[in-house]
Amino acid sequence: MKQKQLEYLVGGFVLLGLAAVLYLTVKLGAGSLLGSDSYRVEVRFSSASGLNVGGSVHVAGVPVGRVEAIRVDPKDYSAIVTVSVLAGLKLPTDSMASIKTTGLIGDKYILLSPGADETYLAAGDRITLTESSVDLEGLIGKMAFGSLEKDETKEPAPVP
Amino acid sequence: MVRAVGRYTLEIVQSLGDVAMFVGRSFRMAAGSRKLGRRVVRAMFEQGARCLPVILIVGLFTGLVLGLQGYYVLNRFGSESLLGTLVSLSIVRELGPVLAALMLVGQAGSALAAELGLQRNTEQIAALETMGVSSHAYLVAPRLIAALMVFPMQTALFCCVGLWGGSLSGSLLLGLEPGIYWSAVERAVESADVRECLTKAVTFGFLTMTLCAYHGFNAHRSRAGTGARAVSASTTRAVVQSSIIVLAADYVITSFLI
Amino acid sequence: MTAAPQEMLLKIEGLHKCFGEQAVLAGASLAVPRGSLVAILGRSGAGKSVFLKCLADVIEPDAGEIWFDGRLLARGDAGVRQHFRSRCSFLFQSNALFDSLTALENVALPLEQTMDLPAGEVRERSLEALKQLELEAFWDRYPGQMSGGMQKRLALARAIVTRPELVLFDEPTAGLDPVRRNAVFTMIAKYQRQFGFTALIVTHDVPEALVAADLVALLDTGRMVFQGSPGEFIASEEAMVIQFRDSEKELSKMLASIRRGETIHTEDT
Repeated sequence: MKQKQLEYLVGGFVLLGLAAVLYLTVKLGAGSLLGSDSYRVEVRFSSASGLNVGGSVHVAGVPVGRVEAIRVDPKDYSAIVTVSVLAGLKLPTDSMASIKTTGLIGDKYILLSPGADETYLAAGDRITLTESSVDLEGLIGKMAFGSLEKDETKEPAPVP
Repeated sequence: MVRAVGRYTLEIVQSLGDVAMFVGRSFRMAAGSRKLGRRVVRAMFEQGARCLPVILIVGLFTGLVLGLQGYYVLNRFGSESLLGTLVSLSIVRELGPVLAALMLVGQAGSALAAELGLQRNTEQIAALETMGVSSHAYLVAPRLIAALMVFPMQTALFCCVGLWGGSLSGSLLLGLEPGIYWSAVERAVESADVRECLTKAVTFGFLTMTLCAYHGFNAHRSRAGTGARAVSASTTRAVVQSSIIVLAADYVITSFLI
Repeated sequence: MTAAPQEMLLKIEGLHKCFGEQAVLAGASLAVPRGSLVAILGRSGAGKSVFLKCLADVIEPDAGEIWFDGRLLARGDAGVRQHFRSRCSFLFQSNALFDSLTALENVALPLEQTMDLPAGEVRERSLEALKQLELEAFWDRYPGQMSGGMQKRLALARAIVTRPELVLFDEPTAGLDPVRRNAVFTMIAKYQRQFGFTALIVTHDVPEALVAADLVALLDTGRMVFQGSPGEFIASEEAMVIQFRDSEKELSKMLASIRRGETIHTEDT
C-alpha cells in the first residue's frame, strides 16, 4: 500500500534524475563521444594566445570539430594545436587555419579555410598555413588612445 | 591562549576522527543489514522526490536571474551570443552543485538531523541497540547510500532547469535567438565540466548527509543538555556545518580540478 | 526462593557506574534464577534504571561483571554480546516505540532485522504477538494514535515477539493509575508464566511487586541492600527495608482511615 506509492514516486524521480544526468553527460559533454568518428590533425600557429582546449573548429561557419590539445614545439617555440575534425569531412592539404574570436571578448575558435589541392589531409598531418590570434591587447591599447586611424598615424601598431 | 589553541585543535581532530568512525561503522554494519533496500528507497524519497519542487523552483529562478543579469552585461559589449556560455558554465560548474546541495541540506538534511535527534531522545536508537539491530545500519547507512545517488540526480535536474531558465529569460524576455543560446551552451560545456559538476554533487551529498546524520545521532552528547533543546541545537549545528562544508569543499574541489 | 540450588540465568557482580562526580552504582550485585520474576525496588534516583540499562548494554558500566547463562559478557566480545541481545529484550520506561512505523511494523522489526525468517512468518508471528496483547485490531495504527496503556502493551508485544529468555522491564507502571498498575503487573506475571521467560522488573510499586514477584531486591545508594523472597522482605529487619516498607504502610493506613471517614491529621490541623 504505502510502500507501493513510495516506490512509484522514487521510481519516477530516479527516471527523471537519470534523464537529467544523461542529458548533461551525453548532449552537453558530448566532446568525448565525438572522438570515435573523427580524425586529428595538428596546426602550427606562431601564437595560440586565448585559445583553449575544447574550443570549437569551424569550416565556413559550421562547427566541425574541437581543440583537443595545445602545446609548444620545443624546436621553434611555435604553438602546436591538435584539433579533431569530423571523419566525413576531408580537408585539402593546402587548407588554411586561423584563430578567430566570436564578438569582441568572446571565445576563440579555429576557422579552417579549405584549399584547392587534390590531396587531402590524413590523421596526424600538420597544417602550417596559419593566421594567429588577433592581438587583443594591442587593439584595446588603440581604443584607449582614441580612433584607430589617429593612433596609426602616431605610431604603427605592432604587427601580430 | 596557546593552551586554548591546543585544546581547540585537539577537539577538532577528535571530532573529525569521530565522524570518520561514524561513517565507517555505518557502511561496515550496512553490509549485513536486512531489508536495506527498502530503507534506501524511503531515504531516496525523503531526499529525492520530496525535495524535487524546491530544486526545480530554485534552479529555474537561478537560470532566469543569470540570463537577465548576463544579458545586460554582455549586451554592452555586443556579445549576447555568449549568454549561453556564461549561464551554462556558471550553473554546471558552480551554482548547480552548490545551490542544489544547500537546498537539500535545508530540506532533507535538517529533517534527517531532527528525526535522528528525536529518535535518540525518545530512546528509539537505544531500543534498536537492545534488540541487537545496529542503529548505524538501520538509520544512518540508508541515508548515506541514498545521498550518493540522489545528489547527482538532483544537481543534474537543477542544471537542466537552470539552463532552461537562462534561455527563457534570454530568448523570451530579451529577444535573444534560442538557437544562439543553446549552441553556445553546447559549445561551452565540456565533459570535464559535467564531470566536475557530478563529482561535486556526490561529494557534497556524502559530506552534508554525514554531518546531518552525525549531529542528529549524537544529539544526546549536545552541550545544550537534553530534550527539545538538544534536538534543536544539534539540528542547527548540522545545517550550519553542512552549509559551510559545501562551500569549503566547493573551493577545494574547484582548485584541484582546474 | 523456593528450590535452593536453582540455576542462575543472570549473575551480576560488583557493578560500578559514575556520572561525573556522582557514583550511581557502587558495586551492585544480583543473581537471577532462570524462569523467575525478580523485582528491583528502590527510591527514585537510587540507580535502578541505570542498573537495568547497564544490563541491556545501553549504558557502559565502569566496572563489574555480568554473566548470562554461564558466559561472561566481556566488553570487547561482540559475538557474546550479540548472542545476549538476541535472547534478551528491554522494555523502556518511555516504551521507545518507533513512531514512524505502524503497530505491526514495530512488532515485526526485531524479527525482520535479527532473524532469517520468510516474510510470511514474520507477519504471522507479529500478528500473533499483537493478538496475545489484544492489539490485533489496531495493527495499522501508529503509536502516536494509541493510548498510554496500549502503547505499553505494544512495547511488550515487541519485546516478546522474539521469544526472549530474559525480559528487562524499566518501570513498566510509571505514570499509570493504580488500576492500570495492577493490570500491568498481572499482565507481566501472566505472560511470564505463559512464555516462560525470566523477568527483571525495576519499579517502586511495593505492593504490586510483592504480589507478583518471586524474588525481591532493594537497591539503595548504588548497592543491593536486600535480596530475598517477598515473604522475607516483609519480615526483614534491615533498616532500609523497614523504611521502604513502612512508608507504604503509612500510606495504606492513611487510605484506610479515609475509607473509615476519619479526617487525616496533618501538621496544620
